[in-house]
Amino acid sequence: MNIDEIKPVIFGILRGIAPESDPSTLDPDENIRQALDIDSFDALNFFVRINDTFGISVPESDYGQLNTMSEILGYLSNRME
Amino acid sequence: MAEFRMPSLGSDMEAGTLLEWRVKPGDRVRRRDVIAVVETEKAAIEIEVYADGIVERLLVQPGEKVPVGTVMAIIRTEAEPDTPRPTASEPVSPPAPAKAATPEPMEIQFPAADRRIKASPYARRLAAHRGIDLGAVQGTGPGGAISAADIQRAVPSAPAEEKSRPVPAGDKPAEGPHSAMRRAIAAAMARSKREIPHAYFQTRIDMQRTLDWLAAENLKRPIQNRILPVVPLIRAVSLALEEVPELNGFWVEGRHRIAEAIHIGFVINLRQGGLIAPALLNTAQKGVDELMAGLRDLITRARSGGLRSSEMTEATITITNLGERGVETVFGIIYPPQVALVGFGKITDQPWCENGMLGIRPILTATLSADHRAVDGHRCALFLDALNRRLQEPSTL
Repeated sequence: MNIDEIKPVIFGILRGIAPESDPSTLDPDENIRQALDIDSFDALNFFVRINDTFGISVPESDYGQLNTMSEILGYLSNRME
Repeated sequence: MAEFRMPSLGSDMEAGTLLEWRVKPGDRVRRRDVIAVVETEKAAIEIEVYADGIVERLLVQPGEKVPVGTVMAIIRTEAEPDTPRPTASEPVSPPAPAKAATPEPMEIQFPAADRRIKASPYARRLAAHRGIDLGAVQGTGPGGAISAADIQRAVPSAPAEEKSRPVPAGDKPAEGPHSAMRRAIAAAMARSKREIPHAYFQTRIDMQRTLDWLAAENLKRPIQNRILPVVPLIRAVSLALEEVPELNGFWVEGRHRIAEAIHIGFVINLRQGGLIAPALLNTAQKGVDELMAGLRDLITRARSGGLRSSEMTEATITITNLGERGVETVFGIIYPPQVALVGFGKITDQPWCENGMLGIRPILTATLSADHRAVDGHRCALFLDALNRRLQEPSTL
């Protein structure tokens, strides 16, 4: 999967967590937790959905590297290689 | 005969609308079965029955809105003959949990009239913060969406005011059910501050051992079963309450009543603004995995609907965890008729002395608001000490 294919899937996951939001309006470097008011419970659900969808288990120690859309896309495409 | 009445699910509830019956006449019900779904201003709540028996008659139709206390159904309790005695029979079970001991769950919601305007959530918050009307902003993002930059360019439509300040004469007061809810919450909070002599206690807790333990535990678990840091805190509160049970209970009718079971009310943020504090029931018996499962279930249902009446009314103490958003210390207002509220702030790295050595440790500020009519400072100190001790021995959690 390339970044253009991953992106809409991530938007879908975020919309499931924050239904009132429109993740496509996110700036690539905007902090997602802040912008979508994601708490630690939502964040855990996000990583569970990432695991279910892409088969990628993000260890807790990597949570801090996934704050923005560009970081998430970069991280996932690296892990898929 | 037992009368099943419209329960009070909080001080802000005067009436409820029956959405559906989950039973029909002739059905056998057991205590704690969900028999109806009632819509309040907050949410649809599943209502449990408090007697074993057989449904004799349903007196309210779906869609009807009836005041709290209205008899909605008659339950024939087990010990009774098929035909009830005409007069002498006394209600066997209490009529739904609408008594003095009923805690008052609170929810704060703000009008969301601008929800359909396309704007990034951050832009929305920025607009709210600056008192800017989203409807008056020209969006320059994709499809006309309003971005944070658009808000920054916009001129406030009115000076930003704190929501709690009185509306100046001439301004239009907020309308609709939200303002009624706001007033009800104001009444409950004012009552708490008026009636409850709050005493406040604070301690700082080194979380290194608990966080190390948690990281090791989570490494062993598949991602779905990972435990959030608040869970060991809930567990430690529950264990500390076993040492200082006075904090777990109610002040009712001029008396302190210690509750037998521990039902921890947990303040949950709702999306779109708003909060609700349903109870994790029987936490004393639950380890961290069960608590995590319970919390996941409770948060999911709080945000999507499906809380049960017992969860709304039976909390014996409340935890508020404001650490998610960078608050270091919170001194909460007790939910009457409970006698205590535990507050947790953000865990931050701070200089810390132990055994004469200075180091950097993740530090949590834990607070306790207690009803001084019910408990004294010494017992509160023992509670915070027990809480700290539990968190220094995470393997005992």
